[in-house]
Amino acid sequence: MTTLTDPPKEHFRLSMLLYDTRYRSATIQVIALIGFMLLAAWIISNTIQNLEALGKPVEFGFFAEPASYDINQRLLEYTSRDSHLRAAFIGLLNTLVVAVLGCITATVVGVLVGVLRLSNNWLVARIMTVYVEMFRNVPVLLWIVLAMAILIESLPAPRAFRGEDATASMNLFDSVAVTNRGVYIPEFLFSRSLGDIHLFGTSSIRFDISLDLIAVLIVLGGSIFAMRKVSAWAAAKQEATGDRPTIWYINLGILIVPMLILLTILGFHLGYPELKGFNFSGGTHMRNSLIALWLALSLYTAAFIAEIVRAGILAISKGQTEAASALGLRPGRTMRLVILPQALRVIIPPMISNYLNLTKNSSLAIAVGYMDITGTLGGITMNQTGRELECVLLLMLVYLTISLSISAVMNWYNNRVKLVER
Amino acid sequence: MKKSVILGVATIAGLAAGAAVAGTVDDVKARGKLNCGVTTGLVGFAAPDANGEWQGFDVSVCRAVAAAVLGDANAVEFVPTTGKTRFTALASGEIDMLARNTTWTFSRDVDLKFEFTGVNYYDGQGFMVPKALGVSSAKELDGATVCIQTGTTTELNLADFFRSNNISYEPVPIETNAEAQQQYLAGACDVYTTDASGLAATRATFENPGDHVLLPEIISKEPLGPLVRHGDHEWGDVVRWTLNALIAAEELGVTSANIEEMSAGTDNPEVNRLLGSEGTLGEMLGLDATWAQRAIKSGGNYGEIFAKNIGEETPIGLARGLNAQWTDGGLLYAPPFR
Repeated sequence: MTTLTDPPKEHFRLSMLLYDTRYRSATIQVIALIGFMLLAAWIISNTIQNLEALGKPVEFGFFAEPASYDINQRLLEYTSRDSHLRAAFIGLLNTLVVAVLGCITATVVGVLVGVLRLSNNWLVARIMTVYVEMFRNVPVLLWIVLAMAILIESLPAPRAFRGEDATASMNLFDSVAVTNRGVYIPEFLFSRSLGDIHLFGTSSIRFDISLDLIAVLIVLGGSIFAMRKVSAWAAAKQEATGDRPTIWYINLGILIVPMLILLTILGFHLGYPELKGFNFSGGTHMRNSLIALWLALSLYTAAFIAEIVRAGILAISKGQTEAASALGLRPGRTMRLVILPQALRVIIPPMISNYLNLTKNSSLAIAVGYMDITGTLGGITMNQTGRELECVLLLMLVYLTISLSISAVMNWYNNRVKLVER
Repeated sequence: MKKSVILGVATIAGLAAGAAVAGTVDDVKARGKLNCGVTTGLVGFAAPDANGEWQGFDVSVCRAVAAAVLGDANAVEFVPTTGKTRFTALASGEIDMLARNTTWTFSRDVDLKFEFTGVNYYDGQGFMVPKALGVSSAKELDGATVCIQTGTTTELNLADFFRSNNISYEPVPIETNAEAQQQYLAGACDVYTTDASGLAATRATFENPGDHVLLPEIISKEPLGPLVRHGDHEWGDVVRWTLNALIAAEELGVTSANIEEMSAGTDNPEVNRLLGSEGTLGEMLGLDATWAQRAIKSGGNYGEIFAKNIGEETPIGLARGLNAQWTDGGLLYAPPFR
């Protein structure tokens, strides 16, 4: 008969924290964490103490003071009597505008260039190589400044449009004016407008939403929904009978007719820019600071995106192309239906960081006088109030929030398109 | 991301720590060089000449202070600053003093924690337009595009002026005078506005200065002067009285030509006290007896500095106007050296 003895019960001893491999790494991590927190606490208290000694305690009351400066590009109504917070909000919207426009353009150009760089056409492929290498190897700030200088120096001033012997004229049936102060394009106007909804009363983040825009979006959404129904009906009929009914004119009608009716009801017309006094008035004014920044940021980022797209495509084995050819798919369809969907899972993660880069690079806006949030909150407001710490911290928080939001959206999209493995 | 937040805070903490340190006089002496903040380039006030030597009206103040403290008018490290970066540079201790067409205002003095040590140029904000525009008054500028240096008092005055006159304008914010000049000359803005002296200086560098006019309206008071950090009074005194010495020297008739003989002693006790042959004023400042002599020798008295850099004989061609001595009907008035 054998007797089993329990192994001697181990008592926890303090020395085990260091000598027992089960606990050692935790011990070291806890010590490192405490050290790190002490360092952070020291830095923060040092900052606060020094600012107190300087007579500038950390406080955010100045945000309610009138900003007293004007901002040229404002998506919402703003005057120099509005608060610093309002000015920061206007700046934030300007940052978002250039970031969104930039990301869209960069993606379109980048994908196009990336695909074309793999083209069998020697000339096209080489031109794209030159584009990519030129743009990604020169700092983006230089591209921004260059774009601005070209716009200012090469385009005519508004006064060149004036008089009998005008040296410049408007384009596209006198509807677009390209000047060295920006491009003036026709704007959408409604003579029987539904008005606006005012949100957030009189606070700093108040804004108006046009009911006309909402109506247009609703009708557009309804049309698209109806078009999908028609397409589904056509597909069902094709499944059942083998005949696919011709539906493109039905779809076109569904898309256009309700929209035309709505626009007529609202009294839609275009407002054309017109030379009045010193400048063009009427129309939408796209300032050359916006155009320069948008162009430079998009082309610069597109060069990186092109390389990512190319890498993604090259990561798909040649067998896929050959298999698609064997099925009789033409090269264009092979790319669209077989290669790109698989390449996306390689492309999207690095694409996220390029979107983030573009957004953060938009803070170079001040080089061309574009009033983004760095120009308002981190520029004039900081300068006029002398609240460096508060402004910089808030600015960091804003960029962090924007970046994390972009990441969240892109990660959600990435999860959607990644290959479902069984 | 967390790391960059920490580093950012650490940087600011470092800046703040630097700012709290007093004893700038000793720092400057130990370093053997004065760090002086100037503009990025405004001919007549502060701009490097063809040899890369900084020259100008504001530069002369820096050189006078360096001569008084260190005995060498060339022991200056000029730090170009923009309207936006100047205050951070001074507050962080990157520069010892700022002599950059900076307007003395209440909030800069009290809230931004700086100390203005006097006024070396009484200025006001003006407008420059091309003659071809046919504008004769700033009130006719409704709808105009205006180039404006961002982060300056002129930006705020501009907003107030147009609002109170109920006319609209389109601001084009720019960082430096050079950029403003480029945009203005290309016609990307109709008007350039800044201190009238700056406009005159900028216009002097144009190919055809005669094609541009300054409008008659002066819309603000802009007393420009050197400033130092708040709290270091010894250093503030040195800068303040060096500037006063230059102004007093003109009033008392001390010039770079006669300073040698006057230093030996004159009948006027105030001149003697200023130049150190009588009394212990230099010692009270923590400097030696001949500090003011050296300051005046570095570029002449206030009048000589004015005439050489921005006066009517120069391309900039500014009249003394408000900047004449009080005895000549101007505002310059140095307190007595006693």
